[in-house]
Amino acid sequence: MSWMHWTGPTAGFFISIALILTGMTVWQYFSPSVERKGFLPIATTRGDRLFIGLLTSAFIHLAYIGVTEFHVLVATAVSVVWMVILMRWG
Amino acid sequence: MKSRIAFIVYIVLMLLPIYWLVNMSLKTNSEILGALSFWPTNLTFDNYINILTDDSWYMGYVNSMTYVFMNMAISLTVALPAAYAFSRYKFVGDKHLFFWLLTNKMAPPAVFALPFFQLYSSVGLFDTHIAVALAHTLFNVALAVWILEGFMSGVPKEIDETAYIDGYSFPRFFVKIYIPLIRSGIGVTAFFLFMFSWIELLLARTLTSTGAQPIQAIMTRTQGASGIDWGTLAAAGVLTIVPGIAVVYFVRNHIAKGFALGRT
Amino acid sequence: MNKIENNKAWFFVIPVFVVVAFSAVIPLMTVVNYSVQDIFGANSTFWTGTEWYRQMLRDPDLQAALLRQFAFSFAILAIEVPLGIGIALLMPKKGWAASAALVLVAMPLLIPLNVVGTIWQILARTDIGLLGWSLSSIGVDYNINANAADAWFTIILMDVWHWTPLIALLSYSGLRAIPDAYYQAARIDRASRWAVFRYIQLPKLSNVLVIGVLLRFMDSFMIYAEPFVLTGGGPGSSTTFLSQALTTMAVGQFDLGPAAAFSIIYFLIILAVSWVFYTAIMNAQKDKSAQQ
Repeated sequence: MSWMHWTGPTAGFFISIALILTGMTVWQYFSPSVERKGFLPIATTRGDRLFIGLLTSAFIHLAYIGVTEFHVLVATAVSVVWMVILMRWG
Repeated sequence: MKSRIAFIVYIVLMLLPIYWLVNMSLKTNSEILGALSFWPTNLTFDNYINILTDDSWYMGYVNSMTYVFMNMAISLTVALPAAYAFSRYKFVGDKHLFFWLLTNKMAPPAVFALPFFQLYSSVGLFDTHIAVALAHTLFNVALAVWILEGFMSGVPKEIDETAYIDGYSFPRFFVKIYIPLIRSGIGVTAFFLFMFSWIELLLARTLTSTGAQPIQAIMTRTQGASGIDWGTLAAAGVLTIVPGIAVVYFVRNHIAKGFALGRT
Repeated sequence: MNKIENNKAWFFVIPVFVVVAFSAVIPLMTVVNYSVQDIFGANSTFWTGTEWYRQMLRDPDLQAALLRQFAFSFAILAIEVPLGIGIALLMPKKGWAASAALVLVAMPLLIPLNVVGTIWQILARTDIGLLGWSLSSIGVDYNINANAADAWFTIILMDVWHWTPLIALLSYSGLRAIPDAYYQAARIDRASRWAVFRYIQLPKLSNVLVIGVLLRFMDSFMIYAEPFVLTGGGPGSSTTFLSQALTTMAVGQFDLGPAAAFSIIYFLIILAVSWVFYTAIMNAQKDKSAQQ
């Protein structure tokens, strides 16, 4: 395992992703989500919106790091707001 | 008739580069580097004899074949039940799982070469055939599930139901009835698995040193201090094409039958 | 087909899940870990946070390699897809000629990538190669080691030679799945050759072309061994594509941190583009089957 060079933040990142996925699976199991049409151009389920949210959040972070000098947590905050909007109205 | 001529022109153009390689492999180095000639004037098989009598050369072919067939066996074994599940059932996370499998086909080998090296070194599999076979499942399993799922969707569900009514257990039904039905699908899948594993270089080279070195890596030896040994390089290249031709020949009827891919 | 809702199907998927998790998730996690640290040795690392990402995103060489990569991928798709369909339409349909044609057409696909590079490197030489020799003897100043346009021309020609057969094979098998009755109906209606292609053959091809286009996009986006052997990325860096830039960094200079950060960015780009492709195509198919 030492060759993987784990760090606290990256471990935290993967644990939270795993928790989100587990949570979504359990939620989906007990209350299946139905495809619906929000502001996105395609009909999506909860899981689709989560995936779109995570992928766009990754690009939000890249854009922040690439273009601005702000602290990266600013990008994280923006991503969280974006995720909430997307999950609720997307 | 016009289409027949156009097709023949394409085949001739396509074969030219391969012909050129064969042409070179049958010449001596001095003839290759001398005047350009369209066929060998002093026909020689020495380049081939060199390769086929030297075990440090021909073991490369054996190594490559070994991990390619191991990979085909692993990929088909795990992909068959999964493709069946995707083609017959809806379950939590099915679409996302399917896309996640596909993403592994998208992962550039260059990205994974280094972590693979460390992963397989740490579990003691470095320089073994199974390491390369497992690494190639990264892209081949996804492909196998994708192709097989298309074939399986084309098999009517009534067949499954009839078999259950007749008292078949699931494993027996799957092996005795289902697999023969999708024989063509398995043939086509095997062709693609062979192809992508056989031609891959980066991972195979990174994960081996001497014990399981693929032929593609051994070929770089022809660049010696005194220049490139063109004849041997060309002969080794020609020999890498032969197993592929054999595989296409075996699956030609399955490909010709036509397959319906990418259905959901 | 109506699928049954059954979560026990997960048991069928577990083997795939385990195999792929072992060979994909563990390495991916490792790459993420490397990308936020400076690694000097087994036990000496230094936390760098987003520094490598900042460097990679602002590196003009990598930006150029990315643009070049997109140009290359779209160029070969634009050539290979129509050409492959054309060849599939020309291929003989019956008898021994059909078998022979299949084996011949498939041949370039089964040649290892660096052998393909070697074949074309030899062909492009003006002294011993057929292509280079022919071009220079008709007076073209052809030199892939000095002229970027020649290098690009040769790389694209090589990729078209190697991978058009994939599109052709997939299209051929798609065409074979069309029942004869369709063609007979078209003959009765006196449909033109173009109408047959547009309304009978092309719709049947759409399924296999999805696979073809996605496979070609993904594979061309990670092309490495062929241009590396053919041109070594040159002249200058005019044919250095992303995988080669990455491999030089990770293996050549052993800059693990920056290479890992670059890997993540590279992977995210492929993921995003492929997802858009995949979703667009799947939705188009869903609309079509909803209409029927």
